[in-house]
Amino acid sequence: MARGAFPLTATALSLALFVLVAGPVGVLLVQPGAASAAPDWAALRFTVVQAALSATLSVTLAVPVARALARRRFPGRGAAIALLGAPFLLPVIVAVLGLLAVFGRAGWANGLLGSMGLPPVSVYGLQGVVLAHVFLNMPLAIRMILSGWAAIPAERFRLAAALGFGPSETLRHLEVPMLRAVLPGAALVIFTICLSSFAIALTLGGGPGATTVELAIYQALRFQFDLPAAARLALLQCALCAVAFLLASWVTLPQAFGAGLDRAGGPQGPAGWRRPADALVIGACLFFVLAPLAAIALRGLPGLGHLPSEVWFAAARSLAVALPATVITIVLALTLALAHGRGARLPALAATLPLAVSSLVLGTGLFLLMRPFVPPQTLALPVTVAVNALLALPFAFRILSPEAQVLHRDYHRLAASLHLTPAARLRWIVLPRLARPTGFAAGLTAAFAMGDLGVIALFASNDATLPLAIHRLMGAYRIADAAAAAVLLVALSFALFWAFDSAGRHAAA
Amino acid sequence: MDMSPARLRPLHMETTMKTSLAAGFVMLATMAGADTPVLTVMTYDSFVSEWGPGPAIEKAFEATCACDLQFVGAGDGAALLARVQLEGRATEADVVLGLDTSLTAQAAATGLFAPHGQPGPWDVPVAWDDPLFLPFDWGWFAFVYDKTRLATPPASLSELAASGVKVVIQDPRSSTPGLGLLLWVEAAYGDKAGQLWADLADNIVTVTPGWSEAYGLFLEGEADMVLSYTTSPAYHLIAEGDATKAAAPFSDGHYLQIEVAGKLAATDVPDLADQFMAFIGTEAFQSAIPTTNWMYPARTPAAGLPEGYGTLIRPAKSLLLSPAEAEALRLPAIERWRAALSR
Repeated sequence: MARGAFPLTATALSLALFVLVAGPVGVLLVQPGAASAAPDWAALRFTVVQAALSATLSVTLAVPVARALARRRFPGRGAAIALLGAPFLLPVIVAVLGLLAVFGRAGWANGLLGSMGLPPVSVYGLQGVVLAHVFLNMPLAIRMILSGWAAIPAERFRLAAALGFGPSETLRHLEVPMLRAVLPGAALVIFTICLSSFAIALTLGGGPGATTVELAIYQALRFQFDLPAAARLALLQCALCAVAFLLASWVTLPQAFGAGLDRAGGPQGPAGWRRPADALVIGACLFFVLAPLAAIALRGLPGLGHLPSEVWFAAARSLAVALPATVITIVLALTLALAHGRGARLPALAATLPLAVSSLVLGTGLFLLMRPFVPPQTLALPVTVAVNALLALPFAFRILSPEAQVLHRDYHRLAASLHLTPAARLRWIVLPRLARPTGFAAGLTAAFAMGDLGVIALFASNDATLPLAIHRLMGAYRIADAAAAAVLLVALSFALFWAFDSAGRHAAA
Repeated sequence: MDMSPARLRPLHMETTMKTSLAAGFVMLATMAGADTPVLTVMTYDSFVSEWGPGPAIEKAFEATCACDLQFVGAGDGAALLARVQLEGRATEADVVLGLDTSLTAQAAATGLFAPHGQPGPWDVPVAWDDPLFLPFDWGWFAFVYDKTRLATPPASLSELAASGVKVVIQDPRSSTPGLGLLLWVEAAYGDKAGQLWADLADNIVTVTPGWSEAYGLFLEGEADMVLSYTTSPAYHLIAEGDATKAAAPFSDGHYLQIEVAGKLAATDVPDLADQFMAFIGTEAFQSAIPTTNWMYPARTPAAGLPEGYGTLIRPAKSLLLSPAEAEALRLPAIERWRAALSR
């Protein structure tokens, strides 16, 4: 009986998620609205092309970095891995300004080219959009792939070494199967998040040729007040995401290495030319990630001492949003990932869907649904918690699900033969074995919830969160204060991320 | 919230000390709330913040109204109108502050606004006779540049288009200044607007979703000029002591942004709302505008404009389409803009 309760819970949760996503879209669809203009095919094409390129490049570039990190041990490795979480946590405008300090018209890179007598390279255009998306998402992909390497039992690598496997045989027999289990999910998440990119695509895109479907949603909601048009565009985004989901499930191979004796492991680092090559790969990646971060820190640190008091209150409010959102997301993601690990497909779709729906549409729909019952702005913070928890779910799920599948395959029979109760299973098998990805997912969720602007902006009365306060500072010419507040946001997000992530890694070690 | 003892009625002491205390606080709060009428003013975000005009205006109005003035921030100007439409007649708001004349036709068409009843005249560069919306501040759109980086700025839109000067502008589909530039080009160039945009295409570094991204990019040195306001240099001069920024005067004339307030017909405190609409035209409100909202006040304070405003350019020619023209032109002009820049 007790064992049957879990799948039921997961199914109920999945259905609840469908309702939570479909409800707001549905309520917008039935609002009165003008007959919408013809769809903007150019924008649709640009949306798909930039998202596909961004996802492909992010995961492709992430593989050698993750491989190098998996097979090398060096001082500062832990810090380097933790820092890879940072770009993903940046508010969009902060990330853009950081990137421009390095790659912009007046940036360091063009300064270097100029000093060598070379013509400047323009960052604006498809290349800039993809560059920014890779900057934000490749580190995420590295972390997800690195977890895949950590999940290959150490015995397999030892066996491979005993059989005299070289790096290419290890790649073929151990690493490629793992990558086929992990890469499609990672690419799917990145593709989906880039589908709804709006500010980055526009700001770095160089002009209206680089507009995404999300901009059309923004326009429909803000200027046209054509709610059904916005909902139809949101459904189009969902359809694109569903296609990507099917493609990803089609190419995903289940991971099947069998259980190992311990969890610590990783491939042996081959000697020879591969050692400096790995160092180069890791160094280049860290430089790419850290240079814009350094630019952001340099700009913001001087103003940190004299921020307006409103910013500190906003920071406290952001923490109050991030922590409950993390708890909700982790409970949801664990439940769904474990159910998915047992073979259920519904939870995987349910856990991917929230990312496909524009948060602006989600927020507007929730606003309309709540309006008859309560003044929506009185629930600004709870709604922000709920929406952020929902939006972080796809990431948390993707991080947990490959390892949950392995867990089920390797330990289900043992646990069943021992007649472990669900509680004992959770205590002795699930939590210790999933501690590492759970910590990572929790850290990501907390930081994500700190940085989100989308929904609170719609509901906000005067209770600004930190990202909203940054936006307000920028809107009032206070660029220096905004830069300092951004450093505060990044520091807080990163501290949260680091605390959860390292707690997870310690529990697993 | 006013909690002065004179407003309290005796409490009933029936239960234990602890619960009656708790209940008492709840009653205190609700009674004080019930006795002090609340006026809710919905406005854009930057108006509300501690560095915006909100706090000073709230203090000044509450000193005269025996009421509680509450500001509700709702994004930017366009988000504000969307929010008003989302909330409809059920809204808590009594007054909406922060729409501009490119949005007032759409706002009037919602039927949610009531006549303001306030007499002129207003110190705005055009005749003002809108019965529903009254101006609270205004400014000219302009391209702002850094004098140390650009010695001779272009002197008109077409000169800009013919030059190699790089600019950042905002998207008219998501930003009110972006929409302002669109209407500026339409008002100044009419049938030749499409051609002007085509000529401008190679000057545009990028198009940002909002004003703050564009201004941030300009300050980072990504462009020589940015679409902003003639008053922008006043911020740098007064708040930062930095005299390097200037707005370029264009011989085509400069398009106006007039920011307006309107009273919602469904308000539950109509008298208080009227009182606030009248307050908008007074010295206490208007004197807060130049150095917090960085726009021209709609009624010049007796003491005149702050020092530093004297250094700003004063365009000889103001351009402004009527709200109806602006509304009718918006979608076709966006289409022309998009076609010209996508090429």
